[in-house]
Amino acid sequence: MRASEPFQFETASYLIRIGNHTACNLAEMQKGLEECSDGSIFYHTFQSLGRHHFLTEGFSNDFAQWALSACNRPVLAEQLASLDIRDYVSLAELRSDLRRVVSDYCVANPDQATQTAFETFFFCETVEEEVALPLQAWTLEEFRDCISHLPHASLQFHFITSRLRLQLGTNDFSYWLAKDLGQKELARRLDQIDVYTNTLDSARTQIVELVERELHR
Amino acid sequence: MTQVQTEVVTNRLDDYSTLLGSEEIAELRALAERVKGRSIQMVNSTSVGGGVAEILNRVVPLMEELNLSVKWDVITGGEDFFAITKAFHNSLHGEPYGLSDQSFATFLAYTEQNRARLQFDADFTVIHDPQPAALVDSGPGRKGHWIWRCHIDLSHPNRRVWDFLAPFVNRYDAAIFSSPSFARQLPIPQYLFYPSIDPLSEKNRELEPEVVAETLARFQIDSRRPILTQISRFDRLKDPVGVIRAYQLVKRYFDCQLVLAGGGAADDPEGEIVLAEVREAAGKDPDVHILDLPPWSALEINALQRGSTVIIQKSLREGFGLTVTEGLWKKKPVVASAVGGIPTQVIHKRTGLLAHSVEGTAYQIRFLLSNPAIAQKLGEQGREHVRENFLIVSNVRRYLTLFLHFEQKA
Repeated sequence: MRASEPFQFETASYLIRIGNHTACNLAEMQKGLEECSDGSIFYHTFQSLGRHHFLTEGFSNDFAQWALSACNRPVLAEQLASLDIRDYVSLAELRSDLRRVVSDYCVANPDQATQTAFETFFFCETVEEEVALPLQAWTLEEFRDCISHLPHASLQFHFITSRLRLQLGTNDFSYWLAKDLGQKELARRLDQIDVYTNTLDSARTQIVELVERELHR
Repeated sequence: MTQVQTEVVTNRLDDYSTLLGSEEIAELRALAERVKGRSIQMVNSTSVGGGVAEILNRVVPLMEELNLSVKWDVITGGEDFFAITKAFHNSLHGEPYGLSDQSFATFLAYTEQNRARLQFDADFTVIHDPQPAALVDSGPGRKGHWIWRCHIDLSHPNRRVWDFLAPFVNRYDAAIFSSPSFARQLPIPQYLFYPSIDPLSEKNRELEPEVVAETLARFQIDSRRPILTQISRFDRLKDPVGVIRAYQLVKRYFDCQLVLAGGGAADDPEGEIVLAEVREAAGKDPDVHILDLPPWSALEINALQRGSTVIIQKSLREGFGLTVTEGLWKKKPVVASAVGGIPTQVIHKRTGLLAHSVEGTAYQIRFLLSNPAIAQKLGEQGREHVRENFLIVSNVRRYLTLFLHFEQKA
């Protein structure tokens, strides 16, 4: 079956820009979350998931990791880490929830809010440059073959960060499968793959397996 | 002004495919296509020796292979100039600056000499470190984009020297630092570029097990017992005596050996003193191997790292710590101090273990020796972390992305 429109694979190359905000305690983290750029929220949540794509233990969210390792606040760390980037279609919503979690914690534990962290948190931000790859898929077979040989950055671009671009609560792959290939069930199953407990490579393997299963049906 | 011909490097971009995957190299080529034909000028203060020259020797040919036109220039100066820039270097790391105000005038006079010999006509001019920093062109006919790549830690500079240099730095279009903690509040954008190692270099390439075994045997190190290794200059800031104390604590539980390998003692008076202190601290313990290696020992260092059970980097202060990167790349479990750029590489309990004291270092080493499966997993994850962030190809990619970003903005 041929899609109505091809899937055009792209990739993104990222620069890390060092921001002007730092946090030495939880109160400063709360302020930083209010004032930092959207690019900074993206870098420390969506982008950090890709940066540590080969790890499955620990927190991929930089704010959570800092709360744990630099502040020794495991409860706060777990609360921050539980904010699932799949639930957000805008960085403003994600920022709002991050800020609320830290703020609530500081209100409940005022003595901990100004305790100096073991390490300073440096707010950074992502600068993204998109680059088209010479890869296109018209069919499910072509899609599977391209996914098998996709660079990590491209996989992350289409499977994780695309949620923000689309603002539809789904990823590029699922969107194309459902819209242009009529594969709604396959699209749904792809979107269920847990990006937190998988590495990018194991997520890729699962995508390929799901597509193969569909091809052999 | 000297234009540098890069060393004869036989490695081509495709040679990195086996380590990174052909798709990653293809992606790099797609990115490079967007800035194809642009001219790049790299300027630093030496063509041989030191980490910057080592990186440029690899980055320049790879950029040329990607169809960029790259020129690498090295500034020249008398002994007085380099005495001043050495004092700058130390004071930017926080040491007092003992030279007179005349030194600033001398620095600027040499800068003008170099400017007169140089042609600045590239699309992107990348000036490395403080020595050539004042070359930045601020005239009305300024061509291209100017980038200052600072390889040193500027977090606590000597105020007098920084006040002198800052007006020049502020004229650049952007600055690049190796860690967010090394940067300063500047009015120009600042970017994070990690330092990098070349996985195909003599110090990092794969070695046959026989080479590793032969090297250990040559230094009379027993390959059947655990080997703890720190590779570093004999410098107090690397805390070699602290490493011996940590080893002695570990030795109460494990029949292990310690290798302290480094160089720099021959031409560094303080290095000789530290080496003597290290030898005294080691006493007559036959399991402590203190190796004062010459600068051309890349292969030996590679073999020692590969033959080790645990790699240690117990620095008291550190720049980025590329010896940690080298250890991680070789899938070794690393125990290191949480200073400088080390925590960027050693993510505690994920790509290695961090420690903050002699006792902590000893405990983490014991933990790894007791749990080889965890040690192996940390090593494997450490290698992935390096593959993703700290290899020379990533460095090239960041430069390409920066160039593309500037063009998009323009």
